[in-house]
Amino acid sequence: MSKTSVQVGRVIWVNGPVVRARGSQRVGMLEVVEVGDEHLVGEVIGLELDIITIQVYEETSGLHPGAPVYGIGMPLSVELGPGLLQSIFDGVQRPLPVLKQRSGAFIGRGIKTTPLYRKQKWAFTPRVEAGDVVQGGTILGVVPETLLIEHRIMVPPDVSGRLTWVAPEGEYTIEEPIARLTPLNPPYEGGSPPSTSPMEGGQRGVSGERALTMFHRWPVRRPRPYRRRLPPSELLVTGQRVLDAFFPLAKGGAAAIPGGFGAGKTIAQHQIAKWSDADVVIFVGCGERGNEMTEVLQEFPDLTDPRSGHPLMERTILIANTSNMPVAAREASIYTGITLAEYYRDMGYHVALMADSTSRWAEALREISGRLEEMPAEEGYPAYLAARLAEFYERAGYVTTLNGAPGSVSVIGAVSPPGGDFSEPVTQHTSRFIRCFWALDKALASARHFPAINWLESYSEYVGEVSDWWREQGHEDWHALREQALEILQRENRLQQVVKLVGPDALPDDQRLILETARLLREGFLQQNALDEVDSYATIEKQMRMLQIILHFHERSVRIIAKGCPIIVIHDLPIVNTLVRMKTTVPNEQVEQIDEIWKALDEQMDQVKKDYM
Amino acid sequence: MEIAEYGGQEVAGVARVEGPIVVVTGLGNVGYDEVAEVVDSQGRIRRGRVLEVGEGVAVVEVFAGTIGLSIEDTHVRFLGRSMRLPVSTEMLGRVFDGLGVPIDGGPEPLAERWADVNGQPINPTARVYPRDYIQTGISALDGMNTLVLGQKLPLFSGSGLPHDQLAAQIVRQATLPLSEREGGGGGGRFAIVFAAMGVKHDVAEFFRDSFAASGALTRVAMFLNLADDPPIERLVTPRAALTLTEFLAFERGLHVLVVLTDMTNYCEALRQISNIRGEVPSRKGYPGYLYSDLASIYERTGRIEGSNGSITQLPILTMPNDDITHPVPDLTGYITEGQIVLSRELFQRGIYPPIAVLPSLSRLMKDGIGEGHTRADHAHLSAQLYASYAHVHDVRALASVIGEEELTSVDQRYLKSGQAFEREFVGQGTTENRTVEETLDTGWRVLSILPREELTRVSEEEIAQYYNLPPRGGD
Ligand SMILES: Nc1ncnc2c1ncn2[C@@H]1O[C@H](COP(=O)(O)OP(=O)(O)OP(=O)(O)O)[C@@H](O)[C@H]1O
Ligand SMILES: [Mg+2]
Repeated sequence: MSKTSVQVGRVIWVNGPVVRARGSQRVGMLEVVEVGDEHLVGEVIGLELDIITIQVYEETSGLHPGAPVYGIGMPLSVELGPGLLQSIFDGVQRPLPVLKQRSGAFIGRGIKTTPLYRKQKWAFTPRVEAGDVVQGGTILGVVPETLLIEHRIMVPPDVSGRLTWVAPEGEYTIEEPIARLTPLNPPYEGGSPPSTSPMEGGQRGVSGERALTMFHRWPVRRPRPYRRRLPPSELLVTGQRVLDAFFPLAKGGAAAIPGGFGAGKTIAQHQIAKWSDADVVIFVGCGERGNEMTEVLQEFPDLTDPRSGHPLMERTILIANTSNMPVAAREASIYTGITLAEYYRDMGYHVALMADSTSRWAEALREISGRLEEMPAEEGYPAYLAARLAEFYERAGYVTTLNGAPGSVSVIGAVSPPGGDFSEPVTQHTSRFIRCFWALDKALASARHFPAINWLESYSEYVGEVSDWWREQGHEDWHALREQALEILQRENRLQQVVKLVGPDALPDDQRLILETARLLREGFLQQNALDEVDSYATIEKQMRMLQIILHFHERSVRIIAKGCPIIVIHDLPIVNTLVRMKTTVPNEQVEQIDEIWKALDEQMDQVKKDYM
Repeated sequence: MEIAEYGGQEVAGVARVEGPIVVVTGLGNVGYDEVAEVVDSQGRIRRGRVLEVGEGVAVVEVFAGTIGLSIEDTHVRFLGRSMRLPVSTEMLGRVFDGLGVPIDGGPEPLAERWADVNGQPINPTARVYPRDYIQTGISALDGMNTLVLGQKLPLFSGSGLPHDQLAAQIVRQATLPLSEREGGGGGGRFAIVFAAMGVKHDVAEFFRDSFAASGALTRVAMFLNLADDPPIERLVTPRAALTLTEFLAFERGLHVLVVLTDMTNYCEALRQISNIRGEVPSRKGYPGYLYSDLASIYERTGRIEGSNGSITQLPILTMPNDDITHPVPDLTGYITEGQIVLSRELFQRGIYPPIAVLPSLSRLMKDGIGEGHTRADHAHLSAQLYASYAHVHDVRALASVIGEEELTSVDQRYLKSGQAFEREFVGQGTTENRTVEETLDTGWRVLSILPREELTRVSEEEIAQYYNLPPRGGD
């Protein structure tokens, strides 16, 4: 926050992260303020006459009545420009490596720093010329931000005009002007715009001419505009079989992963962050463990993107506001994350945002609400919980951006229900705003069936939307295979109720075959070991071939059993073991090996058929 | 510890006393979270902390409670800073009360420096991801839930279960990874910090004796807030203990094992304060900030850049009614890096340690085991044991309905292997100290009771190498 500050009031009350001050009635709602002699950063969350209620993003220990409060004159905003990728920020976009330089291994208070590094020079190539008329979203030029991602420098959303000057190709810092324009129609009525406009991307000259730089600011609680919303229709390929094949998430869609502790939410999100075909990945560690962020930081630079071969870190931004960092900044971290996501979407990218965990964010809301002594609704959560969740998930979407390109933000939120009980408020409200529900199951997790996504409770409402996409990829049979496999699993579930009472031996062989195939589906297809080099990620080709061959096994067995062959003969075929193991034995690059397995399967079945004809 | 230190910034009278809380009025610049000294009519001092400040008003929690305080004769002094603890290496071998004041009759330790008991969050970019396993000699841990240096791994127990015995055995047998051992077992770089919150005298005695028996007493610092000590004081106890721990680990390069017991008592004290203040409760009367509060304790664990030391936490908590969904175990499980769950059923069947393997988990295990750490087959072996043992539970349920004789022959073998797993793998002596090698081989013997085709989590090569190992000791 480099803007100049003026004193707007004095503290009269402190309760943890919530502070009340008395002062100027010109302070705006959601404006950023600095509190006390240490200039702790906070945000105005309530106004009543001359009483200003503030949530403070830093530890307030020692803060006392009478301490000064300074206004900044702008809402909580993020800086958007080259240098975001590969960074790790706290919940209010302070770069953690810079905090480390300033205060060592432990995070100190009152550290002021800019989110983006000012001194770095970026190679700018213009895409416009002087005289061009530009609008919000127009791409002025490009910068190779990382080897993986070209950063498209855009006119800030609320700016338009005729360019009077464009910087030639060359190296610039983010503060140097790269273009100047004169507004055609002043965007603000009644003369000069307020000088504190947070969206400003540069300084204004005398003649109303305006300089544009490679970065601008945007308030995190305001969704960035786009031209049009489109229905999601492309699969977000995650390489996770249970997701892609059974419960697909579309690009621009929203999904929730609810589950008790240790059920596998974080690993699932890490897997999507690693392997999904999103262009840019934003991982928000919201009130979770410090070591999990460290793990990503240490692992991602060494992992390569299966599509481009570049380190995964080059497309990743991390936001870490761990469980022991200030709770108000945790509340903000979700908005910081989604605003960065929208910014890359506006460049025409497909962005995937992971929030781990939205429950901790909801608890931050609850804690602040409690300290404000607001009237609680369910389980102490404020009545506006549902509205906030809705606003957040609404920011996911597939859009035509202001410059006409398609772009998307997909949101995947972890939910941590107390006691693993999905009937609690956060899970319940969330399920109204998402269309993909990946229900984690404690029993599966404790049997080490991972990912512990329960195939009976989970659902995706994008199945219809992505069917065409699968067809375009040459997998016309995806929909049918999926239905067939799910049906076998559902029948298994019903049969298990019987087995629990009488044992499997009491079932007729055609029903025992259902159990056998279901086991193959569970162990050979649904289970996917994140830690196994081969199994961690499966291309959609491999996924489809695996599903086809398991169902082929089933069809052939059905016919043979109808001829009177006992199930035990089929159970003992060597091919069964091969099918359970193909996920780890067949690499993605050699899916044709499944053709060999197919041949072996047919040979073994033919032999059995001969024996029983 | 603070006694000699006050500057006497602000002195004021008391307007209201409610439970362990006093409301102080008529003062100027008192800060949030500041230390207060409440002085009673006889001039005796009780320490407290500011929970909330308004203009001329402060709400203060009094650690020792408010019994005997009167409105008229009590005054409160504010020290103008938050709570601090003197820290030094010579605090090892000493015993302190729940606020960090020595109670062993020895002199005040000479402070190497004063540290804020609240600590500060570790910057995630300064952490070093923990990957070195600690051998505990206990198969259910080493084989299935490996403990890693710098991990926070709680014991979820129930009243009457042998969690103390198990924790003491872990502490006694814990062997640092080779890389961290300097001259003989790493003893010189090893320290133990023990914090008791609301437990009985004999529990503290038990741990003391156990440390003494292994000759470690000079490497132990004990912070004791026992059952008959003031409950509010225990809100400070784990923080005081961890403040010393951080100093020892990160400034003096020691590997510190921290035992915190019983976290359920800690949470009850927090609930008590919250209820008296009339805060909106979330579940079972616990405050909505219980998660963040517990995190501010549990996250003070790990390894950081630029220091050779580490902090490994073993918190112990008792689950009310053995209910793992109770807020205390539940929120703990959401913060810690796994949990070790004790089972009353196994305990009643005479199995020690009665570790319920299925709901237990060590999240850091995956990076601490395998080739170069333990053994290459470790990950697959443990996954297979988990999967097979989970099936044992289904088979047992079925057997109780249709009878054991009606089970398929494969399922009968599952029953046998389940028995063997509980008796021979999980079960072991209270002083038995197994090598990882022994643990893994025992695991393979349990698996060898099952037909090979059932073992789909281990590779064919591993089966060829380990299936049907000769019995232990035999050759
Ligand atoms: N796909 C997977 N493959 C292998 N192991 C897995 C997989 N998913 C989860 N696990 C195992 O489960 C453990 C817990 O997973 P994870 O940390 O993702 O749980 P979580 O739901 O995020 O828990 P919490 O809510 O406490 O953060 C991991 O440490 C790992 O051992
Ligand atoms: Mg998690």
